[in-house]
Amino acid sequence: MAEAQMKVSDEVAISIRKMNKWYGSFHVLRDIDLTVNRGERIVICGPSGSGKSTLIRCINALEEHQTGTIEVDGIKLSSDIKNIDKIRREVGMCFQHFNLFPHLTILENCTLAPIWVRKITKREAEETAMHFLEKVKIPDQAHKYPGQLSGGQQQRVAIARSLCMKPRIMLFDEPTSALDPEMIKEVLDTMIELAEEGMTMICVTHEMGFARQVANRVIFMDEGQIVEQNEPEEFFNNPKSERTKLFLSQILGH
Amino acid sequence: MSDTHAQSVAFVRGTEIPPSPPPATQRGAVKWLRENLFSSWANALLTIAALYVIYLVAVAVLPWLVNGVWTTTSLTACREVLQGQVGACFSVLTERWNQLLFGFKYPSDQYWRPGIAFLLLFAAAAPVMFFKLPRKLLIITALYPFIAYYLIWGGTILTPLVALLGFVAGYLGYARLVKQNFAAGFFAAIAAAALTWWIGGMIAEAVAPARPWLEEVPSRDMGGFMLNMILGVTCVSLSIPLGILLALGRQSNLPLIKWTCVVFIEFIRGVPLITLLFVANVVLAYFLPPGTSFDLILRVIIMITMFSSAYIAEVIRGGLAALPKGQYEAGDSLGLDYPQAMRLIILPQALKISIPGIVNIAVGLFKDTTLVSVISMFDLVGMIRGPILASSEWNGVYWELFGFAALLFFVVCYGISQYSQWLERQLSTGHR
Repeated sequence: MAEAQMKVSDEVAISIRKMNKWYGSFHVLRDIDLTVNRGERIVICGPSGSGKSTLIRCINALEEHQTGTIEVDGIKLSSDIKNIDKIRREVGMCFQHFNLFPHLTILENCTLAPIWVRKITKREAEETAMHFLEKVKIPDQAHKYPGQLSGGQQQRVAIARSLCMKPRIMLFDEPTSALDPEMIKEVLDTMIELAEEGMTMICVTHEMGFARQVANRVIFMDEGQIVEQNEPEEFFNNPKSERTKLFLSQILGH
Repeated sequence: MSDTHAQSVAFVRGTEIPPSPPPATQRGAVKWLRENLFSSWANALLTIAALYVIYLVAVAVLPWLVNGVWTTTSLTACREVLQGQVGACFSVLTERWNQLLFGFKYPSDQYWRPGIAFLLLFAAAAPVMFFKLPRKLLIITALYPFIAYYLIWGGTILTPLVALLGFVAGYLGYARLVKQNFAAGFFAAIAAAALTWWIGGMIAEAVAPARPWLEEVPSRDMGGFMLNMILGVTCVSLSIPLGILLALGRQSNLPLIKWTCVVFIEFIRGVPLITLLFVANVVLAYFLPPGTSFDLILRVIIMITMFSSAYIAEVIRGGLAALPKGQYEAGDSLGLDYPQAMRLIILPQALKISIPGIVNIAVGLFKDTTLVSVISMFDLVGMIRGPILASSEWNGVYWELFGFAALLFFVVCYGISQYSQWLERQLSTGHR
């Protein structure tokens, strides 16, 4: 099985300590403690409103946390904008609604950030972009606009666009929940391939098959807290907390 | 299921039906007429009524146009030629075209100067309007304001040169310090430009030749449609960038910037343009240090620009608000900084959404430049109402003059509108 080849190093990629976040007076994230080692593949699941998207959006500072610390690649996240941009360069992110730039072609979508942020030449950026577009199996769409592609293709472009920045960590925020059932597989296949290459990944997803196959840790969140985390085998077959059991019975029960 | 039923359902085509043209009532002009003009008896009645109205207008206007007199020197002479027949007196246009276009004080042997400036305008506008032209042509656009100023106003060439040098110095100052800090670069630019203008201004004044190559024409001698064009082109091209800055400023997280922009926009939108023009004409002088004279055209340009930039800012704010939050987040998550995200992702999309609104305001602004006739500037309308209609030769020629003014404005405004529609088609990338 592929999992055996996927090595997890001892090097810490992300470390979150006692992190709290409020929306106004609403306590969304409560005392989050989480350490992610390089090469780890973590799936976060939980009912809607449990704070799982907010958690991964805090990691690249799309959301601001109020107390506690987040360290990414040894860089401590602060409100300093230069610091934030440094982290964002190392952390790729895929969104539920792809968020491709509709006024640019697929190729331009992929080369924009490398050219302007990494300051590499246009030719070099295009070569990298074509390499990753081939990897997600849509090099032939490179000169189309996002609006001309299907949802699954758009999400794969979004993954390629993040990869073009050569990130060391990838965050996925429900990458398949806006897709038709037929297209989910093509996106998951891309993500599995990425995992097999040793990318550090945190995925918020409800694809439990994906979690079983790829994750080396599954985290269950509810009401802004980490309720349970375990290896997938144990997590699915032998959940400890009542809340997890209820959640699993509801999403796996049909 | 019974046998008979099964037989009636089963079917195999034996012979192919060859394609044939649709019946005559369903194609070409006949079909178009039926569908668009005579689709019901009510529509048919309306069509006939409309045709009748068109006929009445044509009967009234055509003889007036066709019998038009082009060669007399006064309205009385026109009437003599026409001898009671219906006919236009277009000779006012052939006789006074120079006043209509350039005002009545611009030296007539110098008309070629604004003429060339007008032609160069197309060269300067082309690289901005058509993205497919090589980007290097933008240098013409950047130099155009100085060339056009020199051509139209004349005088010593040092004035536009010093102005240009000031901008270059400002840019150099900015480029030198912006790497440390944006604010430092910004203030360095202002300081460098101001210093250059101050020193350059003194030098230019000291060495100004008594007889410059191009005779100097003071601002108060500008007039006619040329004045409308000067005001329109300058104000549109200044108010779009200013409007973008105001719209972005209004979204800023910094309260000082945000509230400055909000107060500016809301104040300007709450005041009629004509009030601002009166302020420019009369009141502004009280606020300036005594002895300084501030060019009237410049004052009017500042007022119209402020006015329309406030409106453009609101249109662009609408475009910014229409973008999904995900676009900002995608830009952020890729590590683009604020200026990059705005320039590469947000503004191209927001401006595209705002094109119809911006064009609407640009067209409105261009026509509003005729309001300066109220503060006794002799623009096209001012010329017609003032020197031409007041003259003994042409007192009473309304239709021809105002029709001509309307035609000039229509050509420009329709051109702008057509360009914007073309641009929208060019920029559509088929996204939802």
